[in-house]
Amino acid sequence: MNKGYEAVIGLEVHVELKTKTKIFCSCTTEFGGSPNTHVCPVCLGLPGVLPVINEKVVEFGVRTGLALNAKVPNYSKFDRKNYYYPDLTKNFQTSQFDLPICEHGFLDIEVDGIVKRIGITRAHMEEDAGKLVHSGKTISSSYSSNVDYNRVGVPLLEIVSDPDLRSSEEAKEYVDSLRRILTYIDISDCKMEEGSIRADANVSVRKIGASEFGIRTETKNLNSLKALQKAIEYEIERQIEVLEDGGVIEQETRTWDDEQGITLAMRSKADAHDYRYFPEPDLPPIILSDEYIEEVRASLPELPESRKKRLIEADGLSDYDANLIIADRHLADYYDQVRKEISDGKLIVNYLMGDYYRELGEAGLSFVTSPVKPEAFIELLQLILDKTISGKIAKEIIPIMIKEVKSPKSIVEEKGLVQISDSSELEGMILEVISNNPKAVEDYRAGKGNSIGFLVGQVMKASKGKANPALVNELLKKHLC
Amino acid sequence: MSITKDNVLHVAGLARLDLSQEEVARYEVELNDVLEFMEKLNELDTQGVEPTTHVLDISNVFRQDIVEASSDVEEILANAPDREDDYFKVPSIL
Amino acid sequence: MSKIREINTKLNSKEISAVELTTIYLDNLEKTSSIIGSYISTTKKEALAKAKMVDAQIAKGEEIGLLAGVPMGIKDNISTTGIETTCGSKILAGYKPIYNATVVERLYAAGGIILGKCNMDEFAMGSSNENSAYGIVKNPWDLTRVPGGSSGGSAATVAAREVVFSLGSDTGGSIRQPAGFCGVVGMKPTYGRVSRYGLIAYASSLDQIGPMANSVEDCAIVHDIISGYDRLDSTSANMKATSTLAALTKDIKGLKIGIPKEYFQGDEKVLATIRKALAKYEELGAIVEETSLPNTEYALAAYYIIASAEASSNLARFDGVRYGARDGSKKDVTEMMSGTRDKFFGQEVKKRIMIGTYALSSGYYDAYYLKALKARTILKRDFDQAFAKYDVLITPIAPTLPFKLGENIKDSITMYLGDICTVTINLVGIPGITIPCGFADGLPVGMQILGKPFSEELLFNVAHSFEQNTNYNSFKPEVAINE
Ligand SMILES: [Mg+2]
Ligand SMILES: [Zn+2]
Repeated sequence: MNKGYEAVIGLEVHVELKTKTKIFCSCTTEFGGSPNTHVCPVCLGLPGVLPVINEKVVEFGVRTGLALNAKVPNYSKFDRKNYYYPDLTKNFQTSQFDLPICEHGFLDIEVDGIVKRIGITRAHMEEDAGKLVHSGKTISSSYSSNVDYNRVGVPLLEIVSDPDLRSSEEAKEYVDSLRRILTYIDISDCKMEEGSIRADANVSVRKIGASEFGIRTETKNLNSLKALQKAIEYEIERQIEVLEDGGVIEQETRTWDDEQGITLAMRSKADAHDYRYFPEPDLPPIILSDEYIEEVRASLPELPESRKKRLIEADGLSDYDANLIIADRHLADYYDQVRKEISDGKLIVNYLMGDYYRELGEAGLSFVTSPVKPEAFIELLQLILDKTISGKIAKEIIPIMIKEVKSPKSIVEEKGLVQISDSSELEGMILEVISNNPKAVEDYRAGKGNSIGFLVGQVMKASKGKANPALVNELLKKHLC
Repeated sequence: MSITKDNVLHVAGLARLDLSQEEVARYEVELNDVLEFMEKLNELDTQGVEPTTHVLDISNVFRQDIVEASSDVEEILANAPDREDDYFKVPSIL
Repeated sequence: MSKIREINTKLNSKEISAVELTTIYLDNLEKTSSIIGSYISTTKKEALAKAKMVDAQIAKGEEIGLLAGVPMGIKDNISTTGIETTCGSKILAGYKPIYNATVVERLYAAGGIILGKCNMDEFAMGSSNENSAYGIVKNPWDLTRVPGGSSGGSAATVAAREVVFSLGSDTGGSIRQPAGFCGVVGMKPTYGRVSRYGLIAYASSLDQIGPMANSVEDCAIVHDIISGYDRLDSTSANMKATSTLAALTKDIKGLKIGIPKEYFQGDEKVLATIRKALAKYEELGAIVEETSLPNTEYALAAYYIIASAEASSNLARFDGVRYGARDGSKKDVTEMMSGTRDKFFGQEVKKRIMIGTYALSSGYYDAYYLKALKARTILKRDFDQAFAKYDVLITPIAPTLPFKLGENIKDSITMYLGDICTVTINLVGIPGITIPCGFADGLPVGMQILGKPFSEELLFNVAHSFEQNTNYNSFKPEVAINE
């Protein structure tokens, strides 16, 4: 397939920042809203208006830079990127050119158990554009277009990777890891379906061993991880084929057609790459002190990679379990809170990812929307650990905790589910089970050790699950010998 | 540096100006005049000189992230040359 | 009644009502502005409604501010809610802003009454007011001559006593030069002193709004109202409000005035008039010395590069999509934009967009734009050095007297050279005021006084002391009716 070629891939990921207001005006960033209702003179670019920077955008830019191991320079500024398109309101995008909010970072990804370091060239702040709604089925068959400017001015961070990726799997892993970090530092929802994270892929191929890069194409419109992978794979194959047929790759912008599963050349304009950048005269520069940068650094949460290491090394979790927990910041935080009181990490994972997770799903909830606070979960595990309830009772309690939002203790009390650990209370039931099951008793005495399990089960049943199974086992053995 | 007719057409394309032939001819002459006049700057030694983009020495002018009301959609569309429902309407994008 | 204090006294004493005053001004404005061409639109209805509100305030016995009931003209590139704002361009024909510029908000709050929107060179590009899509403006002192530009309408309307004061905007001399040509006082504040929010940008790093009036005191009153920090303009200086009005003490003994020799080239009649004015300053106790701003010769090139580059980007938004005119004959959006821009922008505007686009385009940025920004730094040093020795600098406002209509319009370079005395001041961001300092051939001559950043109090006082000891602002052109 690869005919001795290797792919060289770099990604430009646009992330919508989770601020309340737009980057240069006080309009809401809320998704949806009927057309042109989240618009004011400033984001509409009416003649005479001026931008004012949202301080949160700068803070989020710094957070991201630090989380991506990048340098956050003390001096940064905005520039105008000039090009005409009806989804822009000023016919320039206010962006950052030569002095972005951060540069020279990296991100470690793991593919097939191997950790690979991917360079981050830079991340810069900029504004989003509006939305074009075409009247026809496709852009080219439309006789007119309608424009909704609600998204104009929504803050974006454009994160540019070095051309360090070599396969579509690596690209997917990169976006996944990036997404995880960005949700950890709480700067974006990273919802691909709402367009709050979008990727453009720069792809080229070269003969293995070659040191020069091949000519690259840029593929846009990749709004799912699947599309990203498929488009990259398609582009790699297409380019190899062109080269093998003796052709040359055009440096061009292509678009992913999800229906056909192919990339298509976009009509390339001669001026497409002459953006006439110049410093934005309406915005003074941003000068960040070292103290400010360190303050932001101190406010960062523990990032996924370091958490994973801790879960494996300190809590003794398996790689698999650790991955499950760190996949979601909310889950990982939840785990950590429970872990403060419950030292058995494995037990936490078993309950968190087992019955609790399943019951949440059935109730149409997630870890984020669950009404069960960590305190309640801790209480549940403590009841199990101090043998107040059995695992079986715990399974019964979990759905009630979710549905009725009650503490496990109160459920246990209300329903009388306390485990019977008093041997005198159990004696009667045990004698009754022994006399009612002569066959099993006979078997056990004849050396079939596992028939005791049946007898334990019978006692548990008689106690409506409340008996302490270990104690029942012990008492049975005493009576049967 | 001197400006050719092709330069004029290229720049007009970048600037979205659908110039007539006479305009192209006129701007070829006028732009050359003006740019020649601007060549004066080449006499100035600017080595080691920092550019001044803002005359006022200020930085970090920020706004708090607090939502304020957006404009009314009818107001937003009041000056639109063409509209469809609550959208701005433009000719097709070919 | 063409001074603010006089009007204020008469309104407060109920000698005249605001409605009566407004009506007189509107009637006279109608007569003379049709000769001069000073307005693009007038706002009779709104003006009378506002005047009634002022009268109601007076009737209630409320104390009214100095500007309450005072008729004013606003340059047509300053946004006014519901009032057509065209920038002198066909591309904005019919455009009614949905918000007020900050300066307009402040003037309204002070009770000022807008009589109309003043004519101007299209998008403030020009020095003669011959570049308006709504007709030329004539100099009230000689109707065959230009009033200067780009705030030609704002200057002419004040000179013709059609209003008490006006607002102009100054990117490379557009307040000061027409003020000089029309024999009125015009002031460009320090960059950042007055909010630009609502001023339709020509060159964002150079533009400033400022007052024009028939006296230094009136300019100071208006300046104090429109200036000050505005959170809507990130380049607005966040500093304590000043009272230039309170600073008009007239005392200038020991003031050190520098005379930059590079600015004293041009029409000998102009220069002689300025020298006479300088002698007056010496008489008043100032020390006048020749000095040098050695890099002045590079300013025009730097100015035209920076202004055109910024303009090419600022004017990109006029594309027929969201407001203004549209070329409806095109079926494709790109063609529509290009057609709209070609059809509705005037020649000078298109030329500067072309120059600016070229100067920023790939391969030329360093040679033109970056070089110009560096020249700006060097020019700033010139002024820093001069202001280390002198309190103010004084120059003519232009190398010539107001020229004949049509005389320079065909020759860009000659026209641009006329801006030699004004553009540098915008490049370095300092304040400048022009006051009438005499006449030559029956035409007014303007003197420009420059100070360091945020020295408005001093500038107004220096201008005021000259005005108080001369009588040049007591003359008015024949065409004027009001007094
Ligand atoms: Mg971008
Ligand atoms: Zn907005």
